[in-house]
Amino acid sequence: MCLALPARVSQLHDDATATVDLGGVRQRVSVALVDGLAVDDFVVVHVGYALSRVDPEEARRTLALLSQAGGEGQP
Amino acid sequence: MKYVDEYRDGALAREVAERIAREARPQRQYHLMEFCGGHTHALCRYGLMDLLPSNVRMVHGPGCPVCVLPIGRLEQAVALARKPGVILCTFGDMMRVPGKDRVSLMRARAEGANIKMVFGSGDALKLARAHPDRQVVFFAIGFETTTPTTAVAVKAAADAGLSNLSFFVNHVLTPSAIDAILGAPEAKAGRIRVDGFVGPGHVSAITGTAPYERFAREGKKPIVVSGFEPLDMLQSIEMLVRQLNEGRHEVENQYSRAVVREGNAKAQALVAEIFEPRASFEWRGLGTLPDSALQLRARYAAWDAEKKFPDVRYSPVADHRACACGEILKGLKRPTDCAIFGTACTPESPVGSCMVSPEGSCAAYWLYGRRRGAPARGGPRERPQRSGWWRADSVGRGERARTGGGGWATARAARPWRSSSMRSSPPRSTTATSRRGTTRRCSTCPAGAW
Repeated sequence: MCLALPARVSQLHDDATATVDLGGVRQRVSVALVDGLAVDDFVVVHVGYALSRVDPEEARRTLALLSQAGGEGQP
Repeated sequence: MKYVDEYRDGALAREVAERIAREARPQRQYHLMEFCGGHTHALCRYGLMDLLPSNVRMVHGPGCPVCVLPIGRLEQAVALARKPGVILCTFGDMMRVPGKDRVSLMRARAEGANIKMVFGSGDALKLARAHPDRQVVFFAIGFETTTPTTAVAVKAAADAGLSNLSFFVNHVLTPSAIDAILGAPEAKAGRIRVDGFVGPGHVSAITGTAPYERFAREGKKPIVVSGFEPLDMLQSIEMLVRQLNEGRHEVENQYSRAVVREGNAKAQALVAEIFEPRASFEWRGLGTLPDSALQLRARYAAWDAEKKFPDVRYSPVADHRACACGEILKGLKRPTDCAIFGTACTPESPVGSCMVSPEGSCAAYWLYGRRRGAPARGGPRERPQRSGWWRADSVGRGERARTGGGGWATARAARPWRSSSMRSSPPRSTTATSRRGTTRRCSTCPAGAW
């Protein structure tokens, strides 16, 4: 039930919805719960609603911490 | 897919697992509960428990809204669906959950009830507009992740004055479930042991990480809010092991790309406007818990299915007596400890909700674990060595090595479709042997079998 996936906003519409692109699958979802979205932002989509914006800087930081060898720079 | 593929790197996963093995102290046991059913499935699907040292043990939690919904509430949904002129909309997850006398929504539909599977609450709005002569009821279930999506639909229905739409609300709260686990008599007696929590990622995208701070502060349990990809899970486990080694108990956020401490303020405000806490709510396995679920506020009573159809009342229904879902949801048992796992209870013919929900731990063990230890096709024809994480808790890595069964290498050999990058998933359909001993072949595999 809490399954949600990151999808790219490809088009914003007037009625608080957006078309998102998830690995080639396009779907119109509600963006009523997230303010200030722009095209090319990534959002976490759950049951047809965007829940939050994916922060590219934090995503990069998580990956950097993952690939660090043995423990320096603790998360 | 961006933000997905890079967190599924198999080589990096092994590196992180080696780091965990180095950090985990051999003389110490680590019992970590992953709250969310999505995390349980990630652990099983990617074989992550095989990568962990034997003293880091994952305990599966109650974070599956389909699983924790008691039969009595499902019975109410069935009764609503059977009312003349009613269309019941439900998430697909609920369709095959067995209710009283094993009657599911699927069976009720076969018997003539008008039940429609929907993708989300937005579809219920569309259905209500398309069928003004029908009463549309949305079967709203879910933790805090899903609650705001129902709230959006309730508000839209109220703003539009849609009088033929109502909501059967079963939204439940994560902190209450954690309270119930930590405060359970079995936990006090030491039968449920949880040293730290892998916190739910998408619930926290809405609520933020702040609600867990009291568990860290008062319960002295470290909590790491985690993403759902295999590398996310391993990193969270590493962070928990590190906290436990250092004697810390803090809330940390591994899923920082989607979760902030404050959560989604807009969604929280909307939920507070539409919903209020229920005095009490029954959970499967955890019992009746105070302030553990939500209901619509009085000003939205016209859209509350329980007020609109007051004759459909809740009455508790006991689980099937052979079903161990209750104990599995509490972390007291593993799916394979259940007497009917994989025999009387399978996804095709489920007895308990944990076997049929896409987030249930029994479903995870069945989907990704039931062939563990079986010899690979074309390999030596010997009796499968049934050991490893899916079989028994007591079998550690050393014992597994001695008996020659289980382990990551065997797992890979038994599942030839699994690539080292962990990107592929196993075929969905299965070969099954019927009671008469004839074998139905898998239709999707080229060789017609596993």
